[in-house]
Amino acid sequence: MSLHLEKAPLVVAAPPPPRGGRRWRSVLDIRAMPYVLISPYFVLFAVFGLFPLAFTLWYSLYDYDLAGTTAWAGLGNYAQLLADEDFWNAVGNTVGIFLLATIPQLLLALLLANALNKRLRLRLAIRMSVLLPLVTSVVAVAVVFTQLYARDWGLVNWALSWFGVEPVNWRAERLPSWLAIATMVDWRWTGYNAIIFLAGMQTIPRDLYEAAAIDGASRRRQFWQITLPMLRPTLIFVVLNSTIGGLTLFAEPTTFYNGNVDGGSQGQFQTVAMFIVKQGFREFDYGYAAAAAWLLFLLILLGALVNFLFVRRIGGTG
Amino acid sequence: MMTIQRRASLAAALTATALALAACGSGATDTPASGAPAASGAAAPVTVRVQVFGGGENFGYKNAVAAWNAEHKDVQIKLEVLTDQFEQVYWPQMIQWLQAGKGAGDVVGIDEGGMGLAKAHPEWWADLGEQGLSGRQADYPAWKWQNGVTADGKVFALGTDIGGMSICYNRTLFEKAGLPTERDKVSALWPTWDDFLKVGQRFQAKVKDARFTDGTNTLYNVVLVQEAAKNGNVSYFDTSNALVVDKNPAVKTAFEFAQKMTALGLTAKLRNFTEEWATGTKKNAFATVGCPSWMLGVVSGNAGEQAKGQWDVAAVPGGGGNWGGSWLAVPKQSAHPKEAARVADYLTSAKVQASVFADFGNMPSNTKAQQDPAVTGARNAFFSDAPIGDIFAKSAASLQPVFLGVKHTQVKNAIESVVQGMDDGSVARDKAWQQLVDDAVKAAG
Repeated sequence: MSLHLEKAPLVVAAPPPPRGGRRWRSVLDIRAMPYVLISPYFVLFAVFGLFPLAFTLWYSLYDYDLAGTTAWAGLGNYAQLLADEDFWNAVGNTVGIFLLATIPQLLLALLLANALNKRLRLRLAIRMSVLLPLVTSVVAVAVVFTQLYARDWGLVNWALSWFGVEPVNWRAERLPSWLAIATMVDWRWTGYNAIIFLAGMQTIPRDLYEAAAIDGASRRRQFWQITLPMLRPTLIFVVLNSTIGGLTLFAEPTTFYNGNVDGGSQGQFQTVAMFIVKQGFREFDYGYAAAAAWLLFLLILLGALVNFLFVRRIGGTG
Repeated sequence: MMTIQRRASLAAALTATALALAACGSGATDTPASGAPAASGAAAPVTVRVQVFGGGENFGYKNAVAAWNAEHKDVQIKLEVLTDQFEQVYWPQMIQWLQAGKGAGDVVGIDEGGMGLAKAHPEWWADLGEQGLSGRQADYPAWKWQNGVTADGKVFALGTDIGGMSICYNRTLFEKAGLPTERDKVSALWPTWDDFLKVGQRFQAKVKDARFTDGTNTLYNVVLVQEAAKNGNVSYFDTSNALVVDKNPAVKTAFEFAQKMTALGLTAKLRNFTEEWATGTKKNAFATVGCPSWMLGVVSGNAGEQAKGQWDVAAVPGGGGNWGGSWLAVPKQSAHPKEAARVADYLTSAKVQASVFADFGNMPSNTKAQQDPAVTGARNAFFSDAPIGDIFAKSAASLQPVFLGVKHTQVKNAIESVVQGMDDGSVARDKAWQQLVDDAVKAAG
């Protein structure tokens, strides 16, 4: 390329002034090119992200019955939702399961990542194995856990019986059902988060630890005062990601109840996502489901914001 | 050179974008139709997808489909049993497919609970009259035929089975409880439902590791249809589609019976048509199940071959009853309405209905099949050679349909969730009735 450029003036004394159309084209070339190159993402986002969002917002303002009529409802769906105790029940379940699943999950992932960050035999194999649960399909996981948590002949109840615990009806009682679902979620996602933490930990310069070690800082102190503060950006990412995943939880609790979006006979573990699917695809009240979807969106924004503010403070003094 | 390269990359980027979009476009159109057969030439056989629901042996079409496929090389049936649950899973999914105009099978099964809505949407269905099936009217009792005809007179569905009623009981468990095991003596134990509860208490006094019946919901439905017959043949809706849950004494009576069963601790607290319920059948967790004819195949399918001879069929307390029964319809979206109509015609024919009854127990709605000696004299090997022809066929002609409203499936699920919740402890027994009424109103709204 450079050779060519040097030679060029020798062959042609001066390039002819570009004609109007050509100049326009070259300007378009330079100005538009970057946008065209990044356009696939934006086009896809517009089609699969923005359009559904807007469409959902539009229909949340209608009484839209799939197998019936459509009529303008204004904010009626939202007003009805805010007074619907089933909706609030679903919100409570979602937040409850989210807290029950995410807090132990992230702590465990952090410990796991810290352990994996040390020198180990077969390090790669061990690190890979942590990711294995993620590869199995959600449905397969849920089917196995559903068997484990069966009321009669379930492995968990059998193990509990050694300690004299009466058989627990995991699908009928609120807290046990949340626990069962939380373990399902954690089994699948702890390894994933651990690997992300591990990647974050490996970007921390080694000399910080060496310097700390020379100064006599214990392993534990190094973890709290070097690893954790340096890990903050990763932590923020993982927490936001878990918030979005946790608040849109659907597959595990649905499969836990035979693919039924009721989430227990009285909605003991019906999440907001299940509530939306029930309203939209079983009661065929699309407008109502759309409004609930928008409230879920706001709930996630709120949850993400709270978590962001919380995580930003972690290790803030370090 | 620069500009040429740039232009080339611009072109490449545009092509990539276009390809990505094209890929999305084609993906979106291909995916839902992937199961449907492509339009075929003369040589390739037409595949007719038959979609049904239900636990165990469900519609009992296994053998009939195999026989058809062996004989008809040009039209092959693909039987798809989608799920155990009609109200909660199968029907909502089916309505989406019907409304979207894509995804439904060529022949689809509809439970009685869905027929109100199906009738209200003639645009979903192919006209079976156009396929020359209007003559099938002669095969059916008037009500079974009329329910498959839309308000504007279009024939869209052919009847498969009807309810009939019995009690399936587990002989091994009855023996363990010191109760008689012979079917006539068992029938004599419980002329009324109060007697049934007393037998249950006797059973429970002796047997600790099993319960007298599966859960509240199965027998709740049995009592409901019996009582509905005494109250103008309506259950949750009256014939003008107004909700009458709180006014119809049939609902209250059935509810109170369920309440008594759970208060006496006679139930295994299993909800019917779930995996735990199926496992419970296999593991002898309960001794009785309310058995409309089609439930025989569900019980035998769930219990498995090794339980053959362990179950039997006795008379139901309080006389007959008509719970359940289905229809087959051809969605308008089917690419092969002609072949689909042939298959629906075949599967509802007297011959197939009679063989399904003999093999699995679903009572024919086809009157010719009902009179077939193969039906009237049928015995069921799984159920200890019970004379099921005698038990079901006798009452078949006198069965009356219970009217079910357009929103029946939603209300049914809401109500049964409360009845089940009362059993699993999530609904207080003394507050259950009020909640049942409230939830029904909400589901119907």
